[in-house]
Amino acid sequence: MREISLLDRILLLVTGLLSAYQIAVGIEGLGSLAVTCYTIAFGVLLVAGLILIILGFEALESPLVVVVAALIPLSLSLGLISQYIPTYQVSYMVFAVLGFLAIVVTRYLTPGKTATIALALVHGTAGLVIFALPIVLSLQGKTRPGFFLVGIGGGLIGIGGLLLTFLRAGRTILSARMIYTLLPILLLMMTAAFVVGLAIA
Amino acid sequence: MMIQSIGQKVRRRLGAYWKLVKSLQTGLLLLTGLAGYMSARCPVITWRTLLALTGSLFLAISGSTVLNMVYDRDIDAQMKRTCNRPLPLGQVSATEAFVLGAGLSILGIGWAFILYPIYGTVVFAGFFFDVVVYTIWLKRRTAWSILWGGIAGGMPILAGRTLGVGQIDWIGLLLSMAVLLWIPTHILTFNLRHKADYQASGVPTFPFVYGDRGTNLAIALSSVVASVAMGIAAYGIGMTWGYLRVLAVLSTGLFFLAVSSVVRPSVKLNFGLFKFASIYMLSSMLLVLVETM
Repeated sequence: MREISLLDRILLLVTGLLSAYQIAVGIEGLGSLAVTCYTIAFGVLLVAGLILIILGFEALESPLVVVVAALIPLSLSLGLISQYIPTYQVSYMVFAVLGFLAIVVTRYLTPGKTATIALALVHGTAGLVIFALPIVLSLQGKTRPGFFLVGIGGGLIGIGGLLLTFLRAGRTILSARMIYTLLPILLLMMTAAFVVGLAIA
Repeated sequence: MMIQSIGQKVRRRLGAYWKLVKSLQTGLLLLTGLAGYMSARCPVITWRTLLALTGSLFLAISGSTVLNMVYDRDIDAQMKRTCNRPLPLGQVSATEAFVLGAGLSILGIGWAFILYPIYGTVVFAGFFFDVVVYTIWLKRRTAWSILWGGIAGGMPILAGRTLGVGQIDWIGLLLSMAVLLWIPTHILTFNLRHKADYQASGVPTFPFVYGDRGTNLAIALSSVVASVAMGIAAYGIGMTWGYLRVLAVLSTGLFFLAVSSVVRPSVKLNFGLFKFASIYMLSSMLLVLVETM
């Protein structure tokens, strides 16, 4: 296990501060569902950043990480749907809640293949929404062009999720050391992309 | 040459005094006092009052901390964690430290009374609960002494608020209660981490009397109630929803770690909770300060 360095801590602190800014200021004036969803997503990022700063990368070994981490793409995607295509918000909310429950239940009742499939399906769908929706909307001119940054953030969250999954599965596309080196950078870039993208949407 | 040597001696002495003051703990308590004052959103906040509040609180808190160290020097000498403090090491004599502590306390409390009598009374109450009730009377008798330590720790924020609004109000009491209930989280996680040390010194602590599980439960409970008290107080202050949301997120993090430490207790998690609780309090105070500026 790689020890967390000062640079990692600084990157995570900036991630936390950006998340706190987004929760406090960046989502003012949105609908209550969007505000709740973004608060959950950036709240998880804030608390996770602080916990990583304090406990180091060992914290990622907790079995709760997969479940808590799923909250980020699910709530972000629900927030985006609620904000930009509200006609789908109820059906997507049902998907998000059921998807989250499926991740929790399969992880504890039927760990193994079923849990992995449930995680991949739910994560994949949410990730696709975060990645594609902002890019499509900005290309269609329904939002400002800068909104595509949220899609970039979605792409980065997907890369981060993949790296962590490989790490937990013990498959080495990249060494564990390299993954731990990349993780704080990815988290910061992803958060910055979301914050800037949502600000200039 | 002689001047240089005198200069070095003075620097060393001041360095030892600074250690006696416990700058981090004093700084955090001072910050709570400033947050309490700013929370009043007093229209006549002046830099003079702010500086006087900072000065008087710093002196009073530092003074009581030094006096506590004087009284507890025998315990400190027995514990690995504290045996390197200036008093057990003999860098400062007990008499010298007592004079320093008493001097700082008298100056701080006196200044507070001159500034505003009710504020001075609260500052004095903090000193009294900390030095007399907590350290001298109860610390060596009962594990529940931390409650009184907590009350003392909650006084700076109440004092700041009282100076701001001119009276003791329910928001000040709630803010004080939040700090009071946060202090067990801080001290008990410390007690767990250095259990053997505390046992060796004979100081009754929660882990010694109620076991690790009982202590973890007490930590979880006090964390939850502290964050609820902080939340209600922040709402009472008129904190905007944005800042309230950040506070709620941090409270959730504190709650999550506290519950985890009950369900799956470990030294590492305990350390994490200890650190997170400090960050929580620091962030809460900064939120109050930033929001009211």
